[in-house]
Amino acid sequence: MSEKMVLMQGNEAVAEGAIAAGVRFYAGYPITPSSEVAETMAKRMPEVGGTFIQMEDEIASIMAIVGASLAGKKVLTATSGPGFSLMQEGLGYACMVEAPIVILDSMRYGPSTGMATKVSQMDLMQTRWGTHGDHWVIVLSPSSVEESYQLTIRAVNLAEKYRNPVIVLSDETISHLREPIDISIPPVLVERRLPTAKADYLPYRTDESLVPTVANVGTGFRTSCTGLVHGESGFQTANGHVAEALVERLRDKLFNNLDDIIQFETDRVEDADVLFMSFGITARGVSEAVETLRSHGRKAGSLRFITLFPFDDDRVRKAAGNARTIVVPELNSGQLVLLVKRVFGDSRKVVPMNKINGDLISPQEILNFLREENL
Amino acid sequence: MRLDLLRSERLPNIWCPGCGNGIVLRALLEAIDQLQLDPDNVVLVSGIGCSSRAPAYTAFDNVHSLHGRAIPVATGIKLANPDLTVIVVTGDGDSSAIGGNHLIHAARRDVDITVVVFNNYNYGMTGGQASPLTPTSSITTTTPNGMLDRPFDLVKLAAGAGATYVARSGIYFAKHLVDHLKKAIAHDGFSLVDAVAQCPTYFGRFNRKGSAGQMVTSQKDWMVLKSVAEKKTPEELAGKVIIGEFVNIERHAPVSAAAPKEQA
Repeated sequence: MSEKMVLMQGNEAVAEGAIAAGVRFYAGYPITPSSEVAETMAKRMPEVGGTFIQMEDEIASIMAIVGASLAGKKVLTATSGPGFSLMQEGLGYACMVEAPIVILDSMRYGPSTGMATKVSQMDLMQTRWGTHGDHWVIVLSPSSVEESYQLTIRAVNLAEKYRNPVIVLSDETISHLREPIDISIPPVLVERRLPTAKADYLPYRTDESLVPTVANVGTGFRTSCTGLVHGESGFQTANGHVAEALVERLRDKLFNNLDDIIQFETDRVEDADVLFMSFGITARGVSEAVETLRSHGRKAGSLRFITLFPFDDDRVRKAAGNARTIVVPELNSGQLVLLVKRVFGDSRKVVPMNKINGDLISPQEILNFLREENL
Repeated sequence: MRLDLLRSERLPNIWCPGCGNGIVLRALLEAIDQLQLDPDNVVLVSGIGCSSRAPAYTAFDNVHSLHGRAIPVATGIKLANPDLTVIVVTGDGDSSAIGGNHLIHAARRDVDITVVVFNNYNYGMTGGQASPLTPTSSITTTTPNGMLDRPFDLVKLAAGAGATYVARSGIYFAKHLVDHLKKAIAHDGFSLVDAVAQCPTYFGRFNRKGSAGQMVTSQKDWMVLKSVAEKKTPEELAGKVIIGEFVNIERHAPVSAAAPKEQA
């Protein structure tokens, strides 16, 4: 291990990544397997001049970080499935008032209390559709401790840049994994755009970026925000045209910038005849399986989703090469595969591979699966 | 009253004729004005309901949050910028039902915010349903045969949870209300004012309380000043609501076990 490397747990890496990205406010509620984020932040926030508060539940946690965000802080909360369910109303509110917030959801086995210490990838669709109403979030998926650190920094930057909630979708295994990581390179930080002139200030007026320059509360702009449909003034309206324009803008401010937001990692896609599409911890088993298959002469490849949402069909299609068979291994009963099937229809053979017993998918299981399914 | 504390362009308000919310809002603005607070440093945070629309009529920074969630939002704002005066505008249902957990924990933490409860004993915006402050036997749309449960005593609830300033007043006693709002806002620590208003459209109509004017003036019959109540017997106070200051104590001053080490 070089001098620059430090041994860190996945949850610690999220906390340290957040601090490196400028997060100075953390509110949360204990829940396995994310509690180490809160514990790390409880110790670290006072050391860096930030604020840690343990709230009475996850509803309060997300609303407290929204409040601190509206007052200008970069903010984080961390939770797992049951707590993430409670945060859904706050997530929708943050989308609507365009408060930059970052949420770590470390997936455990569900539904309900499920198995608190067992891994799953069962929250994928909850990140996208958990709260009511048309809305758009950015979801990033780390598959290592190093990436937990780097993607948390990226999550904070994207939240500030687009004034939108960003979810770091990790899982029990990555949260509790310990790996050496390099944190020596200072990150590039992104600051939210703020209004400059108080005259004619309208919090939700936008330029071509479609990202508003909402003033932080307490800075003399006399700003307004509401979860009700609102126009540029930030005040409620029931005008259907204003509503339509608002919801379209909430989408377009992200979808006009997909090159900036969407990241994949691909491995030997070009000549692959069997391609794995996966995310998070499952991609690590895929990686070794691809190596083994290649060493046996099988043209296997991998596409790992680093950005899960926004999910852009065209980019996935272009990144997928010409493999006739696409296998989608995931630790749920089939969530990512729904999106992959949407992209490819009947043009490729899309095969789900699911494991729902609380254990990981091993490389050997992937090899066995190909053999058993004659793929 | 200073009209520049209102956003006149947002008026008229959404409240029904005879609603008491405007009088509570006026009292709140009077209190802020008399305390000579810099309007740039005042943030009004609300939840959902009739009363929670009040901040949007004011010229301060205003955050209209979710049902019951104004207090955690206010907590986040206050901790992020302790120089601000953060006031929660809420209703009886918003604060004591869906937001009840947040209320008691903010009181326990003694976070330095002020909660002003516009208490009209029912959910007005959704059509006059029962709230946790609806008196027993009262008729509402969800208690057509009369409220079976006992209401919270919001003053005792806040005091029991650790609030360091708690008062109750009614809109008939306009100066009393302004004075106690002033003390609550100036108080260093968690403060709550139970501001009793009227909902003639629903609660008043269902319970034959008369006109809005009669509902307001009747407060002098069923509300008793705390100083007067202290000389009365429990029998004499049956059915009365006591108004005044109930808690006014030093802020909870925690001592950290180990002062944090400053480092970059």
